[in-house]
Amino acid sequence: MAKTGYYGEYGGAFLPEILIPTFKELEQEFARIKSDPGFWKEYVHTMSTYSCRPTPLTYAENLTKHFAGAQIYIKREDLNHTGAHKANNVIAQGLLVKKMGKRRVIAETGAGQHGVATATMAAKYGFECTIYMGEVDVLRQRPNVFWMEQLGAKVVAVKDGSRTLKDAMNAAFRDWAANMDSTHYVLGTASGPHPFPEMVSYFQSIIGQEAREQILKYAGKLPARVFACVGGGSNAMGLFGGFMDDPVELVGVEAGGKGLESGLHAARLASDQATVGVAQGYKTYFLQDDDGQMRETHSVSAGLDYVGVSPILAHLSETGRVRFAAATDTEVVEALKLCMRKEGLIPALESAHAFVQAFKEASELSRDECIIINQSGRGDKDIFTVADAIGDPQWEKFICNKAEEYKNA
Amino acid sequence: MLESYIRKQRENKKILLMTHIVLGYPDFETSLELARTMVAAGVDLMELQIPFSEPIADGPVILKANQEALKAGARLAQCQQVAQEITANLDIPFLYMSYYNILFKYGVDRFAEDAAAHGIKGMIVPDAPPEEAPEYVTALRERNLSPIQLFTPKTTDERMSYLAGNASGFIYCVARKGVTGQNTAFSSELDGYLDRCRQATDLPLALGFGVKDKDDIDFLRGKVDIAVLGSSAIRVLEDKGVEAVGDYISSLR
Repeated sequence: MAKTGYYGEYGGAFLPEILIPTFKELEQEFARIKSDPGFWKEYVHTMSTYSCRPTPLTYAENLTKHFAGAQIYIKREDLNHTGAHKANNVIAQGLLVKKMGKRRVIAETGAGQHGVATATMAAKYGFECTIYMGEVDVLRQRPNVFWMEQLGAKVVAVKDGSRTLKDAMNAAFRDWAANMDSTHYVLGTASGPHPFPEMVSYFQSIIGQEAREQILKYAGKLPARVFACVGGGSNAMGLFGGFMDDPVELVGVEAGGKGLESGLHAARLASDQATVGVAQGYKTYFLQDDDGQMRETHSVSAGLDYVGVSPILAHLSETGRVRFAAATDTEVVEALKLCMRKEGLIPALESAHAFVQAFKEASELSRDECIIINQSGRGDKDIFTVADAIGDPQWEKFICNKAEEYKNA
Repeated sequence: MLESYIRKQRENKKILLMTHIVLGYPDFETSLELARTMVAAGVDLMELQIPFSEPIADGPVILKANQEALKAGARLAQCQQVAQEITANLDIPFLYMSYYNILFKYGVDRFAEDAAAHGIKGMIVPDAPPEEAPEYVTALRERNLSPIQLFTPKTTDERMSYLAGNASGFIYCVARKGVTGQNTAFSSELDGYLDRCRQATDLPLALGFGVKDKDDIDFLRGKVDIAVLGSSAIRVLEDKGVEAVGDYISSLR
């Protein structure tokens, strides 16, 4: 018999003893709401009145013409309140926290989108909120830190390890080990110990359910392929969840960083450089050395810069149900530029990874086929990183002037 | 056997002391010297932590020691080699403390085999609960090594029995919620918890997390068999050097 919380050989709950009762409680509460149709109804209603659900499916006419292949559709998760699919998960977990009677939430964040979403949810439901964020990410995603703080959250810059997402996650676990009675850890992705991978995937499946209905309505058929970027894996699990039982090819795109050969990337399933390990409470593919120490990862997008990957995706990769590819930082910036110019859409750098692969494959397909790309988040949060990548001199001048103003104030 | 050693030592001492060092922190030479100093100061058991990049059960002091050791280039092979040197020259039982990935990557069986050959007596692996890593318990038991299980104030009576069934040597009772290296209130509140621990097992009990001075040890005397010093000794090492660690440990009795 398969063990609970495993997907093939991946998953599990490798936890310090102090957290085991907390996870058992969470598992029970999740099972309860999953079997309660009233919960999903309340969730969908909340998302339709507080966020922007159902999010549209946009036909990208100009990109379709440009590549002269499959009709390109874009699922607009960027239109969620706070600008990313992260809202789906946090609002659902917020409803769960209310049912559990806890009053404080903590979260880890990479790009900051999950942190902003959690801080928003905490403000809405009146929870105290602490967000852990790697110091490196705090520096490159300052606008999101600003918003988290304005929303009433305390942002802790984590100075341990590589000072990125995985270290923020460890810090959140440490907080939880001390404060589990009052606190819920709103884990932001479909990774970590059971039941998080299953729970986050379930909440995010709203993306795929809507996208399936919408494409059948607009295109009259299922897509040939769907594309989603993969950091921890939550937006991908959300989109894929709608098409799991269909003859649709599911494509996950990881951060190729400076190229797979450089070693500076976060391609766990798209490269042969990751191996199976146990860290952060679960078993999956990690970028690690021969001793089992986690390697540093790199991506232009903070949100994909993660050393592990959803155990569900690790399993789906192994069974061949999901195909994985990697997009380099340079390709991502080019795809982003093209998307802005052709469609007037500004995907987040994370989402732009999915666009890279979709653009590579669109012309392989015939014009009567269609594809969906998940625009998991909006790109204006990345203004500093994108401006650096593009090298816009006017922007640089503006920043310098602004800095001068602050200095002289 | 670890358990019989503890029982024998307890015939002459009201409480035993277990200390903790991070191999390779700040370097391997200091680890060796520290182990020698601690044993000379009267320590009865010692944990040798193999550093890991993601030590989620450890607080800031031990976390930093792990990261500094790795940054200084500590590799598993060196840790094993130094552990072997320590066990060969010092006459107390030594345990490995680490995280499951270190064993998993190396091969759990092979890791246990080497540890036994190197004179290690048991292991503490906080993220390897027996239901997730039964092969770990089996691999150790097959080689007469003790898989040390942890009890916490949150552990139910039923689970304590389950964990005790997967343990040997002694049980490590975590004094409070949270991670290592923070203050613990040593008060009568602990008594009820320790009673529950005692009910669940006949194995000797160790208590750790927040033990730092003579008052804490005095409080624990007669209540548990072993007091565990982790972060506090590392703090002394960092502030005052190896020699001061010996004085610090001697002052606790």
